[in-house]
Amino acid sequence: MTETTATEALSIAPPPATVAQAVVKPENNSIFRHARYVMSENPVTGMAFGLFALIAVLALIGPYIVPHDPLASDTAATLAPPSLHHWFGTDQLGRDIFSRVVVATRLDFVIAVSSVVLVFVMGGFAGIAAGFFGGWTDRLVSRLADTIMAFPLFVLAMGIVAALGNTVTNIVIATAIINFPLYVRVARAEANVRREAGFVQAARLAGNGDFRILLAHILPNIMPIMMVQISLTMGYAILNAAGLSFIGLGVKPPTPEWGIMVAEGAANIISGEWWIALFPGAALMIAVFTFNLLGDGLRDLVDPQRRT
Amino acid sequence: MSDVTDKVPLSHDGAALPLLDVRNLTVEFATRRGTVRAVKNIDITLAKGETLGIVGESGSGKSVTSYAVMRILDRAGSIAEGSVMFSNLDLRAASETDMRDLRGREMSMIFQSPRLALNPIRKIGHQIEDVLLQHAQADSGSVSDKAIEVLESVRIARPRERYHAYPFELSGGMCQRVVIALALACRPQLLIADEPTTGLDVTTQKAVMDLVVELTRERAMSTILITHDLGLAAAYCDRVVVMEKGNVIETANSSTIFKQPGHAYTRKLMRATPRPGISLRDLLPDEDAARAGPILNKTAAAGETPLLTVENLVKEYPRKGVATSIKKMFGTTPVPESDVFRAVDGISFQIGRGESVGLVGESGCGKSTTSMMLMRLIDKTSGTIMFDGEDIGAIPAKDFATLPQRKRIQMVFQDPTDSLNPRFTAARAIADPLLRLSKIGRGELRSKCEELATQVGLPLEFLDRFPHQLSGGQKARVGIARAIALKPDLIVLDEPTAALDVSVQAVVLNLLQDLKDSLGMSYLFVSHDLNVVRLLCDRVIVMKAGQIVEQGPTERVMDAPQADYTRDLLAAIPHPPI
Amino acid sequence: MLATIGRRLLTVIPTLIGVVIVTFLLTRVLPGDPAVYFAGPAATPQSIADIRKGLGLDRPLPEQFARYVNDLAHGNFGNSLSTGRPVATEITSRLPASAELTFLGLILSLVIAVPLGILAAVKQGSWIDHTCRVVATAGVSLPVFFTGLLLVYIFYYQLGWAPAPIGRLDAFATAPPNYTGFYLIDSLVTGNFETFRAALSQLILPAVTLAVFSLAPIARMTRASMLAVLASEFIRTARASGLDTRTVIITYAFRNAMLPVVTTLGMVFSFLLGANVLVEKVFAWPGIGSYAVEALLQSDFAPVQGFVLTMAVMYVVLNLLIDILYGVIDPRVRLEG
Repeated sequence: MTETTATEALSIAPPPATVAQAVVKPENNSIFRHARYVMSENPVTGMAFGLFALIAVLALIGPYIVPHDPLASDTAATLAPPSLHHWFGTDQLGRDIFSRVVVATRLDFVIAVSSVVLVFVMGGFAGIAAGFFGGWTDRLVSRLADTIMAFPLFVLAMGIVAALGNTVTNIVIATAIINFPLYVRVARAEANVRREAGFVQAARLAGNGDFRILLAHILPNIMPIMMVQISLTMGYAILNAAGLSFIGLGVKPPTPEWGIMVAEGAANIISGEWWIALFPGAALMIAVFTFNLLGDGLRDLVDPQRRT
Repeated sequence: MSDVTDKVPLSHDGAALPLLDVRNLTVEFATRRGTVRAVKNIDITLAKGETLGIVGESGSGKSVTSYAVMRILDRAGSIAEGSVMFSNLDLRAASETDMRDLRGREMSMIFQSPRLALNPIRKIGHQIEDVLLQHAQADSGSVSDKAIEVLESVRIARPRERYHAYPFELSGGMCQRVVIALALACRPQLLIADEPTTGLDVTTQKAVMDLVVELTRERAMSTILITHDLGLAAAYCDRVVVMEKGNVIETANSSTIFKQPGHAYTRKLMRATPRPGISLRDLLPDEDAARAGPILNKTAAAGETPLLTVENLVKEYPRKGVATSIKKMFGTTPVPESDVFRAVDGISFQIGRGESVGLVGESGCGKSTTSMMLMRLIDKTSGTIMFDGEDIGAIPAKDFATLPQRKRIQMVFQDPTDSLNPRFTAARAIADPLLRLSKIGRGELRSKCEELATQVGLPLEFLDRFPHQLSGGQKARVGIARAIALKPDLIVLDEPTAALDVSVQAVVLNLLQDLKDSLGMSYLFVSHDLNVVRLLCDRVIVMKAGQIVEQGPTERVMDAPQADYTRDLLAAIPHPPI
Repeated sequence: MLATIGRRLLTVIPTLIGVVIVTFLLTRVLPGDPAVYFAGPAATPQSIADIRKGLGLDRPLPEQFARYVNDLAHGNFGNSLSTGRPVATEITSRLPASAELTFLGLILSLVIAVPLGILAAVKQGSWIDHTCRVVATAGVSLPVFFTGLLLVYIFYYQLGWAPAPIGRLDAFATAPPNYTGFYLIDSLVTGNFETFRAALSQLILPAVTLAVFSLAPIARMTRASMLAVLASEFIRTARASGLDTRTVIITYAFRNAMLPVVTTLGMVFSFLLGANVLVEKVFAWPGIGSYAVEALLQSDFAPVQGFVLTMAVMYVVLNLLIDILYGVIDPRVRLEG
């Protein structure tokens, strides 16, 4: 019901499984089987999961496998175009761009993940509580979200980082704050719809208190949509953090980070040295793309309506 | 305009050709898992001026047939075989432009859920004008007068004002009149009505059906009435076509179909249709009825203290404008000052032990609010709810869930899909009340669930399925099993069969009756369907606008109603010729 | 209708109060000494103390807030450290540059995205539909500054079609007289087509960059809501009444489908105003965004604060316009409200 209507706008859902498939008895390994089914149904989702794994692995082991020291400058080989030795070329200080792009994965990933986890916990719970309890909880949470939403989000992030201080931690905090209203809205709307749903009334009749209804009945039903939200805001969080460092906030040179690397290469674009900005920019794009695709894929995975 | 009779084409031997002649029609839908045949090689003919009913349960292909005739199948559907002749025109071969000219001018359609069938943000007058202009029935100078005339013809009062109304400003019945006006604006020869009264109250339903019949008769039109309600079809149609799983299984005159149903399925369908003068067992096929045995019917013993006594119960809501989504989103509009609305306005009644009481009324009469208060899901405004000598109305609803009294009052919900947690298996759903409110050990839980499933006739292999893997009837059984799990004294049944097909309804009603007798529970049966209430209930309470207009033993209320409103309700039930 | 607008205007007041409070809090309550920010990096303890006194930072918080509001009411946004000029003047003179860029970007993306979304929905499964989906997914994944740089590389360095990304006009053109501050309009009004052409050629790449960015959400939403509306029952009624395709799609489907799209525009504006900052940096655009970025890097806080406030107020006004537009399209809001 509402699960599909709310997410329909986000993607084009495949038609529900036919009756014949739906009656197959679920087994213990059904989640894995379902994952395999989802990926075989939609190769793009499979690709997104693959890319996600690659990003996660690079974030983990990137610094140990790169061919060059990402910080070592080489005055003999400045602004070298891509070659066998420097796969992505070198920048104005002669640093190897490939190594820098790979090593930067961890920082960008950590910024995105930690800000999303932060906002998921804060925004998700505040939103569910607001939607479920209504009343003053709702007014307080909604008013807070509305006030944040009254600002263009990136602009607010700039202001927050400027006020809190120019550090990576503050970028994480700012990114979490500007995503707060998005999580509150989704969680609140979903909880609100389900508050009156028959199965919640039935749970009350079965003797479940408010708290248990929230945790055992409403939360699991909202998770699919929150997963999509997480995945989509991951992409947005990466873009936001990169944007902030592009204008010179947060990450300080010479730390490798995709946004700042694009900024460093920006000056060279008009003289034709495209590779300095292109490769980190492309890495950024692929990462965001992956998370956006993953959002749709994850929804299929956690949604029992599609489980066969 | 009254040239309809001139248009009747004659075949070479001089006999009148049917207006619509469907031969060997097969409709297919392309799905991701291959082609599905929704309609299989069916033949249907419709004579000039005839009213034909197409009856079937969900999935029978009755609506798809009509969409195929109108050629408005969605993208995935197509006519795979057969021919559709309208007068002497081959509709299957007709170009899209020709079809567009025919639709609305020669053949029209009215749909279920009238409010959704109208453009929500366009004035109804303009929507009628669109059709009139499209088919050159008026020029831009005369079109608004003509539209008002059309509104008048469907008995809409003050058509000049209503012309400027938007659908959301009109009631459901009024919207259906507008939809009829749209369909008949160009005086077509054929009207297809697809479940035109589903979702409307019974009195509105009668008014709408009477209007359709009157207008089509007056204009010598042919009508196809598509419905799941065999009684409705038989009452209003000349002939009835019964469909099952894409096949036409029987075509008969409506005067004979109830008396001598030819096909076993028709017989089953006919029997399952609740009607006066029968018992619950009569709804079931003979062999099932025999297996079920006689109804024990233990009614309340006289003199005993009643289980539930409700006195002067009132529920008020603040009357506020419907908050619009955009405002909700910004959340900044203050609730406008307003007076209160009395959803339930001082009602008093009793339910005896082992008694089954029906609560009937049309939508908005307060019957659902009443049941929610009895269930202690919402708080009353004033009055008392005495349950077995204790005023449970005084306990706040939010505290009631964890009290021991909770397990004595349970409920079966209207929508079996909505009332099951999509992430719980059937067994988990049945077990939920046991886990919360009884001291049952984890070890016994499974066997208890299986016992309950057996009791409600749910095969054990379904216990590990999720709701979306169950049929409507199976979900209803899970809901009932959950409700009886704690052996409650009172069960509120909130339209428990409204979302079910009629043959499933027959089985579920019998199940409910048997459970009541074997477990000795009391029922409060909330329903809009008087025929169903008659079958299941010992006593009936009739509500209107928050108040009780009449209550008494079922037979007395049904056969000799005291209140005018009860008489109206009873008169509005379609009476098939039996 | 007027009453609805009036009511909606009233609801802006608490939002504006919230905005002012937040911008105030950003400087006064968060960790760090605002006087140090306002004094700049080259401050001495004495100058910091002077500034603290000058700004009234030694007073209690409510008094500071009252003073802040009073300053704002008089159009006083403080002075920039680096230029010494009042922030308000600077923002006023730079705002038209940002506004011209943002609006052209938005118009471009609406002109492309809405028809694309409609066509994709009407011809579901066709190549237009697939194009729309690729554009929608790729568009939201492209960092806006990266798009800008790519366009500069291709159209300036490789093809030489676009001028160098150095602001609103090249060195040879003279700015038109200031009527609206929008160069395109001012140059047309004065009949100076040479300047018009020069301004347009500078504007086109950054505007396209913004358009590419905002295209995706609009096209995605248009397609999704068109699909939902096309599957709805009143469209079936319209078809069954024999209305022609144009009436069905434009009068019936499109107007209904626009409702969620108009709502999405709020989010799109939020993205656009943020992306504007990045695009201005890439194209050396002399708007308020690049003003704020320069100030930010010099820890010159007054311009940043003024910038955040200006953007927020603009955004609130845009949301108000969106609401009114929604009410124009949807009688349910208009009549029930």
